[in-house]
Amino acid sequence: MSDPGRDVDREAGLALLHMMLRIRRMEEKSAELYSAEKIRGFLHLYIGEEACAAGVMRELRPDDAVVATYREHGHALAKGMSMRAIMAEMFGKVTGCSRGRGGSMHLFDAATRFCGGNAIVGGHLPLAVGLGLADAMLRRPRVTVCFFGEGAVAEGEFHEAMNLAALWRLPVLFCCENNLYAMGTALARSESEVDLVRKAEAYRVPAAAVDGMDALAVGAAARRALEHVRAGEGPYFLELRTFRFRPHSMFDPELYRNRAEVDRWRERDPIALLEGRLRAAGHLTDEARARLERDVEAEVADAVAFAEASPLEPEGELDRFVHAEVRA
Amino acid sequence: MREVTYREAVREAMREAMRADERVLLLGEDVGRYGGAFGVSKGLLEEFGEERVRDTPLSESGFVGAGIGAALGGLRPIVEVMTVNFSLLALDQIVNTAALLRHMSGDQFGVPLVLRMTTGAGRQLAAQHSHSLEGWYAHVPGLRVLAPATIEDARGMLAPALADPDPVVLFEHAGLYNLKGPLPEAPAPVDIARAAVRRPGRDVTLVTYGGSLGKALEAAAALAELGVDAEVIDLRVLRPLDDATLLASVARTHRAVIVDEGWRTGSLAGEVAARLGEQAFYDLDAPIERVCSAEVPIPYARHLELAALPRVEGIVAAALRTLGR
Ligand SMILES: Cc1ncc(C[n+]2csc(CCOP(=O)(O)OP(=O)(O)O)c2C)c(N)n1
Repeated sequence: MSDPGRDVDREAGLALLHMMLRIRRMEEKSAELYSAEKIRGFLHLYIGEEACAAGVMRELRPDDAVVATYREHGHALAKGMSMRAIMAEMFGKVTGCSRGRGGSMHLFDAATRFCGGNAIVGGHLPLAVGLGLADAMLRRPRVTVCFFGEGAVAEGEFHEAMNLAALWRLPVLFCCENNLYAMGTALARSESEVDLVRKAEAYRVPAAAVDGMDALAVGAAARRALEHVRAGEGPYFLELRTFRFRPHSMFDPELYRNRAEVDRWRERDPIALLEGRLRAAGHLTDEARARLERDVEAEVADAVAFAEASPLEPEGELDRFVHAEVRA
Repeated sequence: MREVTYREAVREAMREAMRADERVLLLGEDVGRYGGAFGVSKGLLEEFGEERVRDTPLSESGFVGAGIGAALGGLRPIVEVMTVNFSLLALDQIVNTAALLRHMSGDQFGVPLVLRMTTGAGRQLAAQHSHSLEGWYAHVPGLRVLAPATIEDARGMLAPALADPDPVVLFEHAGLYNLKGPLPEAPAPVDIARAAVRRPGRDVTLVTYGGSLGKALEAAAALAELGVDAEVIDLRVLRPLDDATLLASVARTHRAVIVDEGWRTGSLAGEVAARLGEQAFYDLDAPIERVCSAEVPIPYARHLELAALPRVEGIVAAALRTLGR
């Protein structure tokens, strides 16, 4: 094998490392704030899976849309949302991206075309199809990227969405983050066919699987996929093979998997992997690494301070926006 | 007597049913290895094995439909859907198949299925995890709809539900699982046809069910301090409604406040009010009051969520209004 660091693009590598660190540190802080009861409800951490969102999102254009699940802090940040707006949302503050009404699972941001965290497994796949349909019909050269877990593949909506997207040749990139467990259910215990690529191919959707712990590989795969989609060739299915290092949510006692399996995957930590390659290529010095860490730490601290200082939405506004407000 | 939680009471009822009848199986997402999304089925896999405590893929329509088929085929499935919100993916199977089959087949096929699901808000889980749609199910002929609000009912409703030759939907309010209370060593089965008077009173009837029972009882206690003697009725059976118990109560108190975590419009509270209007019009001394959830998707932020849900003060105020106070 050739020198693993040789083909690392310096700029891309550093940008990906920065993004993954932002996601990681923001989420570590979130877990802490959950224990401190600043953040409540369900909190699903993405720790371990950062290379997926970071890698794909770097290949997108600002007007491409993203729809994601309840495990979407990383996607939101990588799509360009501010950490302040995300943190304030988790605090339930009115300055949050959804006015504090959605919380961790329902981040929305029209400006970056982040069309939500959806907490109904599989529920957002048809939505991505519709967004793609609108772009196709209105001849807008943009793409909708839909992120979901492998658990969603069992839902009827996955199959319906695949078929529609292929049938109508829609500009949708389906990114299945296969972290092997849907809550406590391992893929092999829920699917008769565990090769997800074959499922997509059954609908004549071109598909590929990629190492979801390798941000550069994810980026390269996303680039190829997007070329296909942007060329008007229809949807593409990307399986990102990854692992969540943390429990499903803050309530999960993790009875269904053993420590050793988690530890094995932790050895392939996407941040450490990329960092190693950058160092080997001579693109990352100790000093630069420390600076990166300091910057991210400052950004997280700023986001938390912003969230803390932000006001709550007045109770009297509870019934606003159930419908559009008619403006004079 | 011993102390158990609501969660343990449901688990004990399932264990008893599975020990008593080989045909009973539990089917649902993460009911086995994970121990149930709310920890209700923890330990059952170990006792009964993977055949009878069956983890399903994320496919609500599929596994609820399979439960219906299994019931048709002679089994007695308990199907757990994690929450009522996700049951909407299976609504077609429940409404278009389970509920209709007996009537539509001219009484040739029945669906002896028990469908358990969690409902309700109060834990800051935001709009896609917090709604109370019991009223929708109570709309559908062919279903029996139960809402155990006490530990006794959580323990005692399953056996008669499994004995029912037709589909029964059992709603467990997520806020009740940690409720702790006494339970006899050998609890008696519960009558799944009748509402229960949880607190007798003379001045006003508070009608409620499920997760709102605690609030109604608290309101009754607060009203007692103000010299108002409130009766609290726990509907328990949301379909078919037990009119007799309701009417007897209102005949005594002449006033009614209905507390329902569902949205007001088209709600179960609306149905109860209509029945009282139809059948107890001349017994009533004041307009019927309803305390329901605000007509908004339940928001995440704590203060907004609380503002959206029925509150004890709201119930007290409504009761006082019926008394002209
Ligand atoms: C329709 C529906 N059913 C059940 C759930 C409960 N639930 C939330 S996440 C989850 C597991 C999903 O696993 P996967 O799709 O693999 O995504 P991951 O959580 O691993 O990112 C389940 C069962 C839900 N939110 N929606």
